[in-house]
Amino acid sequence: MIKTLLSGDLPRSRLLTAMLVVVLVGLALAPFLVSGARSLNVAATICVFVVLVASYDLLLGYTGIVSFAHTMFYGIGAYGVGLALHGMGPSWWAIFVGTAGALALSLVLALVIGLFSLRVRAIFYAMITLAVASAFSVLASQLSDFTGGEDGRTFKVPEILQPGFRLFDAEILGRVVDGKLITYYLVFFSALTLFLFMLRIVNSPFGRVLQAIRENDFRAEALGYRTVVYRTLANCLGALIATLAGVLMALWLRYVGPKTMLSFEVMTDILLIVVIGGMGTVYGAVIGSALFILAQNYLQVLMAQASAAMSGVPFLANLFHPDRWLLWLGVLFVLSVYFFPTGIVGRLRTKAPARGRS
Amino acid sequence: MTTISQVAPQDSALPKVRVDMLPLLLVPVLALLMLPLVGSFPTWVTLTVAGLAMGMMVFMMASGLTLIFGLMDVLNFGHGAFVSVGAFTATLVLLPMKSWVEADSVWMNLSVVGLAILLAMLVTGLLGWAFERIIIRPVYGLHLKQILITMGGMIVAEQLIHVIWGAEQIPLQLPTTFRGAFIFGDAALEKYRLIAVGVGLTVFITMFLVLNRTKVGLLIRAGVENGEMVEALGYRIRRLFVGVFMAGSALAGLGGVMWGLYKETLTAAIGGEITVLVFIVIIIGGLGSVGGCFIGAMLVALVANYAGFLAPKVALVSDILLMVTVLLWRPQGLYPVAKR
Amino acid sequence: MSEALLQLDGVHTHIGQYHILQGVDLVVPRGGITVLLGRNGAGKTTTLRTIMGLWHASRGTVRFDDGDITQSPTPDIACAGIAYVPETMGIFSDLTVRENLYLAARNVKKAGEMDEARLEWIFGFFGALKKFWNQPAGTLSGGQKQMVAIARAIVEPRKLLLIDEPTKGLAPAIIQGMIAAFRELKQTETILLVEQNFSFVCALGDSVAVMDGGRIVHSGSMAALADDRDLQHRLLGLSLDTHQ
Repeated sequence: MIKTLLSGDLPRSRLLTAMLVVVLVGLALAPFLVSGARSLNVAATICVFVVLVASYDLLLGYTGIVSFAHTMFYGIGAYGVGLALHGMGPSWWAIFVGTAGALALSLVLALVIGLFSLRVRAIFYAMITLAVASAFSVLASQLSDFTGGEDGRTFKVPEILQPGFRLFDAEILGRVVDGKLITYYLVFFSALTLFLFMLRIVNSPFGRVLQAIRENDFRAEALGYRTVVYRTLANCLGALIATLAGVLMALWLRYVGPKTMLSFEVMTDILLIVVIGGMGTVYGAVIGSALFILAQNYLQVLMAQASAAMSGVPFLANLFHPDRWLLWLGVLFVLSVYFFPTGIVGRLRTKAPARGRS
Repeated sequence: MTTISQVAPQDSALPKVRVDMLPLLLVPVLALLMLPLVGSFPTWVTLTVAGLAMGMMVFMMASGLTLIFGLMDVLNFGHGAFVSVGAFTATLVLLPMKSWVEADSVWMNLSVVGLAILLAMLVTGLLGWAFERIIIRPVYGLHLKQILITMGGMIVAEQLIHVIWGAEQIPLQLPTTFRGAFIFGDAALEKYRLIAVGVGLTVFITMFLVLNRTKVGLLIRAGVENGEMVEALGYRIRRLFVGVFMAGSALAGLGGVMWGLYKETLTAAIGGEITVLVFIVIIIGGLGSVGGCFIGAMLVALVANYAGFLAPKVALVSDILLMVTVLLWRPQGLYPVAKR
Repeated sequence: MSEALLQLDGVHTHIGQYHILQGVDLVVPRGGITVLLGRNGAGKTTTLRTIMGLWHASRGTVRFDDGDITQSPTPDIACAGIAYVPETMGIFSDLTVRENLYLAARNVKKAGEMDEARLEWIFGFFGALKKFWNQPAGTLSGGQKQMVAIARAIVEPRKLLLIDEPTKGLAPAIIQGMIAAFRELKQTETILLVEQNFSFVCALGDSVAVMDGGRIVHSGSMAALADDRDLQHRLLGLSLDTHQ
């Protein structure tokens, strides 16, 4: 059963399996394990990022395409549902319209960018997506009548998802079943479904062709696969799933804004996670996101302490300032591109080799 | 050596030398077309000079990148870091020597800015040398890793700037005599913009002369087309690489100083912000082409300025629209570099 | 000083996962033209590239002029006195003919200081170069580009020229001119010539080596091979008759 669910692509490492189980159980029971809005927020963010990063891994890890437009699609999803709810009021219909509109826009954009630049070299695509994404982000923050500008938009979600909503009067396992909890599980199960879907894709014949293209696009072309078509398809698929991740995030936050949804920082986060977690593994997205988001939220506290302890030494204090945590991640990123190009998951898998994949 | 036998006397007709003039015309044609749209001649002059000044600064930052790409097939996504570092290094001179900046003397102003530029170019040049050695050398020929690694380098560099100079933005004062404008009739030409045009032209002409008149320049152009053959002729292309990388980085540093003074404030993100513009410029120009890069920079900046005046909302995406238009016309950019 | 200018002993070269040269033993004597024959894929171009250091031998030694150049970097090999004309000619199409030659003249610091007498000697058999001296090399015809490529190799005196298929894609009339030029060249230069055009090499070659499957399968004098139809058949699967 599990094997079918995971599309035959098992973790293939005991430690990795253990880590995945911990993450899965942790996320599944998060509302009951931790208390406080912040912790639940961390859990929901991890869920969304697993989807977002895994969809990026479809491109980077499985096709060798470097795109900097992934946050744009993420933002389209978030803005689509956010603006729809803002404009049409809190209804499921608005969510549907917003999601459908966002998916359509993402699809068109991904197709156009893909057909435009994927036939040329990888580097060209990276540059073009960077340019398009930055233009999009400028548009989102400047067209303030429509998008709310830099401040973004807050909006109401349907009643059942609102924090004030109570499903039962009684508590379950010491937890009030409120709208926040329901939203969390909406996010969690959507993320889980999307993740398993992606696992299926990369282990399908389609996924194998993508990997063949990544390894040697001339040979894949010679074997009769239209590489442009496959790359464009992968690009569209990644874009659509990123859009859905954006939808989930907007529903969770009940807010959309350029900083959280479209900024280049989100893009670098995705890059860091996918490389550190492990390119071309899908599971890397899970491990990477969990570690990264936890670190982002809790490592900074440690760094603040370290920085305070070194407050006498000006340079070192700056070095460990909590805002500088990206410095350390950047260093880790560069090192892992050199020394562990397959990331944490690849590393764990090579340590536990030859268990076969049947 | 006496027997003289001519090989193939029959193929004497040479195909006409095609000098591709069309892109060269784009800049003046664009400027002239905009004149009736803008309506007022003084406004048009001001806009055009502003566009040229911005274009020159972008060219300084972009030329190194495109040359590095052409010669080594390395696209440095961290090129913007050199822009930031250059600008921030300039503060090491400009802030302590504030009195020279504030003095109402052209010579004091010029020498303090000149010193800042020299230091910035020195630092970014050396940094480029280190960057090439540590970051880029292990990933020659691997595009995916190059993109990731140089991106990572950019993040680290930006953060290090925060560590060294603090997270606050730094105000950068324009020297006294560089402020204000010359008035010609009704047209006001800001002095600093004219200076930027002057510096940019100097850089362009110097680059042009080096690439066309010196052996090193010819070797660089030859290397862009066929690096292996340059080696087979007995030259170490690695040395060329390093030299070009350092020069390109130093130019980015120069551009950073000029840009920082133009903006009059500095944040560590300055390089990242300009990177997008620089990429658009070198895509428009044709990856690896210095001449194309120059025209691309002028086009992008002029269009941005005209659009900012005529239709501010369009100006937000004018560079993308320009890029798309150019690529629809010439998918490889204005001057595609013959190679590979 | 030994008889041989260039000597390959048991050279193996791998390109990626492919084992191209499988123990090449080749001797190029001083003076004259040594021809390297063989069908497509026999490893001729790889041999030249290995000598030039563009690919490095995984086993065996390459000795040139009494020095071991097996692992030397390409520029050092070039400076030791080997010039290379690749099959693709490798001219710099953006540069003029003059600039192409100027770059090849390593010891010349300014374009105007190239050895006039030597240029005139080159113009003697490659007259087109004089005519198109200041044209971008990319605008020349195929035959003229080949002249630029060869002229680059001889613009300064070199000890050995490696020339890969100079007649490829050229019209017969131009090939006749090339033969004349090579006759002139071999008076003074040592040349290792890779060629498929059997009549071309018959007219020029002094000694010959035949490659097959990444090895040298025959070596001897060109005249002997030209006279021995059976041997040609056996080695090359062709004879002069069928080829012409």
